[in-house]
Amino acid sequence: MTTTTDVTGFSTESGSRRADRMRLFAQPAAVVVIVGLVLAWAFSRDNDEIEAQSIQAGVLLTKTWEHLVITAVVAAMVVGIAVPLGMLLTRTWARPAAPAFIGIANIGQAAPVLGVLVLFFLWTEWEGLWAAALPIAFYSLLPVLRNTITGIESVDPALVDAGRGIGMSSSGVLLRIELPLAIPLILAGLRTSLVLAVGTATLAFFVNGGGLGELIDTGYKLNRVPVLVVGAVLAVGLALLVDWIGAVLEEYLGPKGLS
Amino acid sequence: MADNDNVSGVEIQLDHVTKRYSGSREPAVKDVTMTIPAGKIVILVGPSGCGKTTTMRMINRLIEPTSGTITIGGEDALRLNADELRRKIGYAIQQAGLFPHFTVAQNIAVVPGLLGWDRKRIEQRVDEMMDLVGLDPAQFRTRYPRQLSGGQQQRVGVARALAADPPVLLMDEPFGAVDPITRGNLQDELLRLQTDLRKTIVFVTHDFDEAVKLGDKIAVLGEASTIMQYDTPEAILANPANDTVAGFVGAGASLKQLTLLRVRDVNYNDDALTAVSEDTSPAQLRSRMTEAGKTYALVLDGRRRPQRWVHVRDLSTAASLAAVGRPVGDLVSTQSTLQDALEAILAEGGNAVVTGTRGEYVGTIDIRTVTDTIQQIREEHETGSAAS
Ligand SMILES: Nc1ncnc2c1ncn2[C@@H]1O[C@H](COP(=O)(O)OP(=O)(O)O)[C@@H](O)[C@H]1O
Ligand SMILES: [Mg+2]
Repeated sequence: MTTTTDVTGFSTESGSRRADRMRLFAQPAAVVVIVGLVLAWAFSRDNDEIEAQSIQAGVLLTKTWEHLVITAVVAAMVVGIAVPLGMLLTRTWARPAAPAFIGIANIGQAAPVLGVLVLFFLWTEWEGLWAAALPIAFYSLLPVLRNTITGIESVDPALVDAGRGIGMSSSGVLLRIELPLAIPLILAGLRTSLVLAVGTATLAFFVNGGGLGELIDTGYKLNRVPVLVVGAVLAVGLALLVDWIGAVLEEYLGPKGLS
Repeated sequence: MADNDNVSGVEIQLDHVTKRYSGSREPAVKDVTMTIPAGKIVILVGPSGCGKTTTMRMINRLIEPTSGTITIGGEDALRLNADELRRKIGYAIQQAGLFPHFTVAQNIAVVPGLLGWDRKRIEQRVDEMMDLVGLDPAQFRTRYPRQLSGGQQQRVGVARALAADPPVLLMDEPFGAVDPITRGNLQDELLRLQTDLRKTIVFVTHDFDEAVKLGDKIAVLGEASTIMQYDTPEAILANPANDTVAGFVGAGASLKQLTLLRVRDVNYNDDALTAVSEDTSPAQLRSRMTEAGKTYALVLDGRRRPQRWVHVRDLSTAASLAAVGRPVGDLVSTQSTLQDALEAILAEGGNAVVTGTRGEYVGTIDIRTVTDTIQQIREEHETGSAAS
């Protein structure tokens, strides 16, 4: 909806929006260029046997894929848990419980993620994807949970009153009014959560969860700088890409008519 | 009351209704009993915090009464499912409360949607409602509330409240947040709608002038919604029940009476010479005017809406009636108050044109009509009869 011409206050809006749009193109382009350059350098140099074992298309693709899978699983869990939980905690009868849950999520985020990962491993003795994804999800839950609650609570009470007043049920008001209006904040939280998740997924190798952390670990332990650099650059590139996806979601998934 | 035939509203009865909010010792509404007649606009007016909103919101059970009963159209409201009850009661609030992420059409369609109307019928109804409140569907249907002025938002709010044709409409200071001119227009529109719709409207305001203008009956409320006086505006203005009510009525009560009389209630003139511009030539009109001995005539368009005043001497040189004379300025409708008419008369310099519900010419009104009416009211008051 950009058909408005006669509404004041739209001009500055479109200015900052244009800047956002620019970023939407520039960010992935920069990632592609930097990752491309680093890979070109890594593949073209004279790699020894150990380096060559890591720096090959198959391995890099697998590690990147594993990293993405962990991130996706974490994102799905965060959305699947934090959004409904946040919605629930804004109901009048559940409101007193909200600080407790926020507190728990706060602990999750404040605790060193490696500690959470290791404790979870010691407790469950699991290994692999889920052993990594569950603690990471716990760690990156807070932004979405907090923003869901804040987003719903900051919806103008007059709208809730109007909704109830014309005969919408309380769940109708929640799903059709409160949640859609909270979506911009929820997405902002999700974007933060995703970036946290990509970053912390580099630790998944501690519990055999795979991911780009393995390359970094190999490069560091065996003292092979190119492997370390490739792993690190790919992880950074992925974080930027995920942040970019978050920005795209914010741009296009928010409710219409709000600006 | 001979005009009860097409009333679509129903009677509302509050019987010993009390509301005590948890945590407060004094009730916000204490033992209110009142009957709100079907098809009338009843205004709850009183100082801020006296319990008007609480009283109104108990009718659609946004607030549950602590004790007492409320019946709507003979049905005990407290026994019905609250959500279903509310779908049959229009609800409009200050600042309209439109959903910002819904278009105008989607906002209006909410209640019909909840009632399970099919899409075609909803679409038709939305357009109908937009027409009703004076918003062009083609232009406004897909707009979002942010893209509307305050007055337009309020119109959409009223359209949304009326969309499912509820017999009862609750309005809580709906025009409180718009500028005085827009407020005046919205009030006029509400009255215009009500002549056709004949809903039972409960209207909350703290503005006594608004109450006088809109109300068929006014309930002047005091502390905890105690009813200090519940009567027609005429009766309250003529004979306030006590000093508090008198204070609330304020100065100039007899002038306010002017706002109570509508043009349709007084003897306006209907003997102006008129001509439809498309069917009449200047020469024809001139001969008609000489015949009738009139110096001025009113030119109407094809739908008989007043366009221009022409003086007989304008006609000798004119080729057609479309552009001669002076455009008609301020119009008054049969719905307008005598106060508005007086303003139009002064602005127009002696004579204001009166139009009917579709904007068609029905007559003219002059200062004589108004002064005669003022005279008449004074005489009635002097004889001491406060009957309405
Ligand atoms: N939800 C509530 N909880 C407690 N007290 C309330 C609540 N709503 C209103 N009140 C109190 O009830 C009284 C009447 O309020 P209200 O009906 O809103 O008055 P009005 O609409 O006439 O301004 C006020 O004293 C107000 O503080
Ligand atoms: Mg109020």
